[in-house]
Amino acid sequence: MRTLFGYSDQISARPGDTINFKISSLNGKPYQADIVRLICGDDSPGGPGFKETPVPTAIAGEYAGREQPIYDGSYVTVPHTGAFDNIFSFTLQAFIWPTTPDKGRQALLGIWCADDENGFELFIDDHGSTALCLGDGRGTVDILRAETPMIAREWYFVAAAFDADSGEMRLYQEPLNPGPGIGTEMAVQRSASVAPSQRGATVFLMAAHNVDLDGSVIGGHYNGKIDRPRLANKSLSRAEMEAAKSATIPDALRSHMVGWWNFSRDISGTCATDISPNRLHGEIVNLPTRGMRGHNWTGREHSWRHAPEEYGAIHFHDDDLYDAGWQTDFSLTIPESMASGVYCARLRGAGDEERIPFFVRPPAGKITADAVLLISTATYMAYANMQWSMNTIFAEPKGGGITVLGRDDVFLQENPGYGLSLYDKHSDQTGVCYTSRLRPIFNMRPKTGVWSFNADTHVTDWLEKIGQGFDVVTDEDIHQEGLAAIEPYRVVITGAHPEYWTTPMWDAMVAYQGQGGRLMYLGGNGFYWRIAYHDALPGVLELRRAEGGMRYQTTEPGEYHQSFNGELGGLWRRLGAPPNTLVGAGTVGTGFDSASYYRRTEDSHDPRATFIFEGVGDDEMIGDFGSLLGGAAGVELDGANRKLGTPPHALVVARSEGHSQLYFLCPEETPFHHPVMSGAENPRVRADLLFYETPAGGGVFTTGSISWCASLAHDDYENNVARITGNVLQRFLDPEPL
Amino acid sequence: MIEIDPTRRDLVAAFWENPKGPHSPELQQLVNKLRFEPSMRDKYVVVCTKPYEEWTLAQLPGQRGKPIRMHTDQVFSNLNDAERAIFKLRWEAHTGQTLD
Repeated sequence: MRTLFGYSDQISARPGDTINFKISSLNGKPYQADIVRLICGDDSPGGPGFKETPVPTAIAGEYAGREQPIYDGSYVTVPHTGAFDNIFSFTLQAFIWPTTPDKGRQALLGIWCADDENGFELFIDDHGSTALCLGDGRGTVDILRAETPMIAREWYFVAAAFDADSGEMRLYQEPLNPGPGIGTEMAVQRSASVAPSQRGATVFLMAAHNVDLDGSVIGGHYNGKIDRPRLANKSLSRAEMEAAKSATIPDALRSHMVGWWNFSRDISGTCATDISPNRLHGEIVNLPTRGMRGHNWTGREHSWRHAPEEYGAIHFHDDDLYDAGWQTDFSLTIPESMASGVYCARLRGAGDEERIPFFVRPPAGKITADAVLLISTATYMAYANMQWSMNTIFAEPKGGGITVLGRDDVFLQENPGYGLSLYDKHSDQTGVCYTSRLRPIFNMRPKTGVWSFNADTHVTDWLEKIGQGFDVVTDEDIHQEGLAAIEPYRVVITGAHPEYWTTPMWDAMVAYQGQGGRLMYLGGNGFYWRIAYHDALPGVLELRRAEGGMRYQTTEPGEYHQSFNGELGGLWRRLGAPPNTLVGAGTVGTGFDSASYYRRTEDSHDPRATFIFEGVGDDEMIGDFGSLLGGAAGVELDGANRKLGTPPHALVVARSEGHSQLYFLCPEETPFHHPVMSGAENPRVRADLLFYETPAGGGVFTTGSISWCASLAHDDYENNVARITGNVLQRFLDPEPL
Repeated sequence: MIEIDPTRRDLVAAFWENPKGPHSPELQQLVNKLRFEPSMRDKYVVVCTKPYEEWTLAQLPGQRGKPIRMHTDQVFSNLNDAERAIFKLRWEAHTGQTLD
């Protein structure tokens, strides 16, 4: 059972910068904290061994410990203003697209406090139908129900009105596509037995309601889309409700509209725009999905930038999470003496231990080595708290072995509030588009499986072993600083899985290569998905799994454009920029049951490649060993393809073979579903080891395999994978043009 | 859809010998069918209860937030034995035949 965990507000820092650590110690037990430099996080019996070195800092010491709560579920909250005072009669209305109408009570719109049942709320009731409740906060509640369950993933117009003078309450639930199986329009009305009380403290919420009186706990989360929500201070007639469906406010309604929210405005922003005179802009909490097809989507445009009026929906989920918002327990100002590298805040106590990684860059304006290790923080975030194997029926067959869970998997299964990964589905079975690092990330840790963050410590371990100095730079740094983040370095070395790239990151790498930079891509499945970071919200990225590619979940048609910046999302290959143009190879297949080896090709004897194989025999099997599935060619494989942009002069110096029947060609590699797909049959399922020169004396070395780095330490680092990698590194560090 | 042939004890023996594979195409087809269950509810998994030393049989609840059911009377010191145990449970559920 995990009892001690946390996160930091920054994960990349330079000397002088301050990182704030936010810790939760269950049951408030004390713990000790210090800082360690992490050399290798792989503590598995076949791996290099766990290695860390304590680093004295001012934060070392004992801390009291406190439990910090986490609240997931997205919603819109509208700050209380005088416009909400004296709402006696009212109308609430919206278009909705519920995805779990059978989940139980879910809030849509209202000013409602569940604790004292006070206020009014339009909601989905326990039977899946629309309902209106009124409560006086003194124990009297009246609920009017549409009495007809809604169908998931269908659009409805829903509206509720209350007339304080007559006491009449009305409710409408109207499918936009009525017919067999969907149902018909429902309209109910009667006199209410109670009038909602007027108390200003409870704020107006969408997709959730207040649970306690002070508004500190939010609940009743709704799954699904809301489009064109409205609040009027009058019991609108049905005809007036019809007028209030429009995009702009009719003059006749203007004086009655408290809020007229237009979610098609500022889709990349952080607020829900109210275009009524009150300007009651809502705060969007926990990142519901934006840029989503609205009730009026026609399919004529597939980008929200081209037809924003058809993208007026926000999709809320009860398991969305952006920022856990925890209090800071200690802060580390990076000392000038702290060398660039991978570090952790190490916490021990409360019957647990925890290490929160962070990455230290050299002082601003300086480099302290000629080589820089690219820390794939976007990949780490994409996989953050991944629960795919516990929720996907084909996970075990794909893995080729029973599902093996660790204690963190068990914790996340039983404590699901810590947010999902880009590989998971929300509770309503729609795909996750956003992932944040402002929460505990249990698999971005040492002593976890050889994957993502922990797998990349095989590279730091090897660099330390051979005495090669290096700086580190993260994906976020390259995104923010562009070419400047890597320009001073002679060599950029990647980890095992640099999969996720924003456009600025991509452009920076293209520019780096264009001016003679040398790139060692020591992984597989790299440069694969386009993503976006948010301009205003730190620590969060977006992915749209548009058609094509290995999609652990899918994005709906018409929703392929990233809400953070409007770019078309998906595979870089599909966007016309295959990874082959950047590193000579692109993903061709995957398999998780085993790994294999490479054999040298004719190209390996080209004089241009001589330096790569110094000390390696002509007939050696390369990498028929390793701590990740037993081989250097494994897990996810990249191959050369001239048609996809592999440079014509690229040398494929080695090629893997012998992959199993549980390796398969990836979907984008085949336009047709023929039976020759597996690694046992299809020769295209292989990893290519490549080298080629780039302009201005630069070069690219590509391994095309995720498991390459897990072979570096084999036989005390005396092996042909380490030798080849070392040969390339030394040549790439040599300023002599390639 | 292929059906499991309860008389193919030769495939069972081959799995027993080498749970991790690679398997013959026929055995792989059988293993795929046993692994590809229609629901995650009650699906057998193992939970690592001592890092790299001990694994315990468990069943998933099929719903986030629900506890994983631990079978503490079935503990394994290696994953091959865990593979065999889960294979046996699934084989028996599919065929009604007990594997000794």
